[in-house]
Amino acid sequence: MRKFIDKIKPAFEKGGKFSCLHSTFDAFESFLYVPDTVTVKGSHVRDCVDLKRIMIIMVLALVPAMLFGIWNTGYQHSIAFGLDDWGFWNIVGYGLVKVIPLYLVSYIVGLAIEFISAQIRGHEVNEGYLVSGMIIPLIVPADVPLWMLALAVAFAVILGKEVFGGTGMNIWNPALLARVFLFFSYPSMMSGDTIWTPGVTRYLAEGKAYASGDGLVDAFSGATPLAHPSMDGLQTAGTSLWDMILGVIPGCVGETSVIAILIGAVILLWTGVASWKIMFSSILGGLAIGYVGYAAGVTDLPGYYQIVMGGFLFGTVFMATDPVTSAQTETGKWIYGFLVGALAVTVRLFNPGYPEGMMLAILLMNTFAPLIDHYVISASISRRAKKIKTA
Amino acid sequence: MTIFAPSQENTQNGFIMSNIIDLKKGLNIPVSGVAAPKTRKVAVPGIVAVKPTDFRGLKPRLLVKEGDKVLAGSPVLADKESPDILFTSPVSGTVTEVVRGEKRKLLEVRIKADSEQKYLDFGIEDARNLDAGQIKSLLMKSGLWPAIIQRPYGIIANPDIRPKAIFVSAFSTAPLAADTEYALRDDFADIQTAINALGKLTDGRVHVSLNAANANGTPFHKLENVILHTFYGKHPAGNTGVQIHHISPIMKGETVWTVSPMMLAAIGRLLNTGRYDMSRLVAVTGPKAIEPAYVKAVCGLSMKDIAEFYDNSASDIRFISGDVLTGTNVGADGFLGFFDNQITLIKEGREHELLGWAKPFRTKQFSTSRTYFSWLTPKKTYEMDTNLHGGPRAFVMSDVYSKVLPMDIYPVHLIKACLAGDIDKMEQFGIYEVLEEDLALCEYVCPSKIEIQSILSDGIALMMKEMA
Repeated sequence: MRKFIDKIKPAFEKGGKFSCLHSTFDAFESFLYVPDTVTVKGSHVRDCVDLKRIMIIMVLALVPAMLFGIWNTGYQHSIAFGLDDWGFWNIVGYGLVKVIPLYLVSYIVGLAIEFISAQIRGHEVNEGYLVSGMIIPLIVPADVPLWMLALAVAFAVILGKEVFGGTGMNIWNPALLARVFLFFSYPSMMSGDTIWTPGVTRYLAEGKAYASGDGLVDAFSGATPLAHPSMDGLQTAGTSLWDMILGVIPGCVGETSVIAILIGAVILLWTGVASWKIMFSSILGGLAIGYVGYAAGVTDLPGYYQIVMGGFLFGTVFMATDPVTSAQTETGKWIYGFLVGALAVTVRLFNPGYPEGMMLAILLMNTFAPLIDHYVISASISRRAKKIKTA
Repeated sequence: MTIFAPSQENTQNGFIMSNIIDLKKGLNIPVSGVAAPKTRKVAVPGIVAVKPTDFRGLKPRLLVKEGDKVLAGSPVLADKESPDILFTSPVSGTVTEVVRGEKRKLLEVRIKADSEQKYLDFGIEDARNLDAGQIKSLLMKSGLWPAIIQRPYGIIANPDIRPKAIFVSAFSTAPLAADTEYALRDDFADIQTAINALGKLTDGRVHVSLNAANANGTPFHKLENVILHTFYGKHPAGNTGVQIHHISPIMKGETVWTVSPMMLAAIGRLLNTGRYDMSRLVAVTGPKAIEPAYVKAVCGLSMKDIAEFYDNSASDIRFISGDVLTGTNVGADGFLGFFDNQITLIKEGREHELLGWAKPFRTKQFSTSRTYFSWLTPKKTYEMDTNLHGGPRAFVMSDVYSKVLPMDIYPVHLIKACLAGDIDKMEQFGIYEVLEEDLALCEYVCPSKIEIQSILSDGIALMMKEMA
């Protein structure tokens, strides 16, 4: 293997036959082998951690949510169509058929753009998209048309990331940009009651009546808990708190199961890849506004319902903590996280037009993260100045 | 963590001993090959080198030519900008070669040592009676003035100013650093002489920082005419920059000087004996050092003179004058730097490790990141090599840097200000307080493999140019 790579390598070096594909070759080579580059300047030894390792841990943390999402996709379909005789493998099989194309589109489109832009810049290919590409299929409905997804991914990667200079330079979380693109460009595919259950949209599109009893079961509503966020609403839909914690409810592919997300959170916190300050303060913010709303009578759901419903937890754990687009200072992280959680629940409670506030809350706070950092740092600078004067 | 009570002996010598400053942040890199406390060899100087590159921003003027005879203490170079500052030969012998690099930049003056060493006599009667002016001119004439480093920027001290204070770190926390107490065990009388003399050059005081692990046992504890401080913590707690930050931060417009204990010993020897004697105990360390231990040598020692410490047939050894974080790669034909009392030998890591980053376990590698498992074996040491372990990227992780920097400074913002060449921002983010060595650990842990020390160097160079 190594010999083969060394043999073909010269063709990709400067002046070689395929020198235009240098970045691509380098990406594959460094994917397989740690590069043999040695330190030239500065510290002669380096920690063996690199961004590839950090990114792969993030991907790993997303795996439970993805696996559960695959199962739940099939499970929701089987409930909606009354397929009581479906066993585990039928359910998973259906889920795979739905989710694998999403991943293929996400990674093929996203990585192609990454490779091309790395090639144009002459940089090494960045591994950041490994994570974004993992997240995007999990935050869209399983039924989203693949061409829409492709367009959304292209939008997010090009305008969300590459124009700023690639991973590390972007202002907004690319995965969320993909979702927000879908949400505002194709609202009919991203909101309403019918889209969250796989197979229903197509069924309706074929001209069959909604809940006609012909295939689709009578009691089918398809609505996510967020569509009727009240005790009565949840009761009518037959959704218990436990259903929401387990995640056996309609919703985006990966966002439904609190348990699967918490497994991911444990991995992220244990390895220190994501900031516990952001996660903790975001939940704190969500709870605070959730209980304020509860006390003020805006909703009859206690604050903790806000945490387990919808995409709150998924956003908190995997997207608000994005090290690039979140606040960079430690104090800033507390403020940023709290505001993400608080805003998400505020949008939910006070704006029925956007039942899912998490996406917009995180993007808004991404925008303000540099401002938060600016004030934290200014405070630090004046504190330093004072300390120096008294010293 | 043990909580230290303030020293009870704080009235000793009539000076105040401050409380222990406990630094929580930092990292001791577990590289293998610590030098055993024994002197394995007394190196008889063969060819030694005087290297102007050891001094930041120095524009050297060559004062000798090939074939000239010099004594130990004879001038070899002068500072073009202040010609009174001389750089002298550590040995007596013959100038054999003047090595120049690109654009005829002067790199080394090589001197072949005589078999018997003769010293230039600087004729000192009684060091106690010298006044500040006499001390300065003596140090400049003898070649020891450059041992005094001025902050901000870490340059050769400007003899025309009186600094706010002088700082000495009595211990080093750098990876595999020479044990100061072992290396200087016979030199404390000289160190005291030097402190007494240097105290006359400042309006403030001479501050000496001790290692809390051994604060009361170290001979430094008995020094007079100093203010003692005690630091507890991992590397970089032993860095003067970190200590100054906690004792008396450098304001804009202020200057302080720092001197290493080894240089104090040399200054003291000059004052007590009238000789420029740069002999020192050098720790030969690192994973590639065979039986790491100390060597008695002078500065400018050739790597060839420590041949018994490494496998001579191996071509993949990196010779570092200094430690693995901040030292200079001098090569097998290189020479020990003016300020260094450590040589580190490590392997060049030119290897392709199959799927290294994806392996769950990499037992031979160390990482501070919990994405690997080396935190489970805190006592283990590692045969580290020079592999970069990744490719260069933009800054992504924001919280890894401040964990190894016990200073109230935002390292990433400072580095970004340096990259942008923004003088105001660099000033605000504390460029006056740091040198490359203080941020070296940030570079070590950086998962984006950013050349932090080099960027900071450029930033400091820009500051010196713009503020001059």
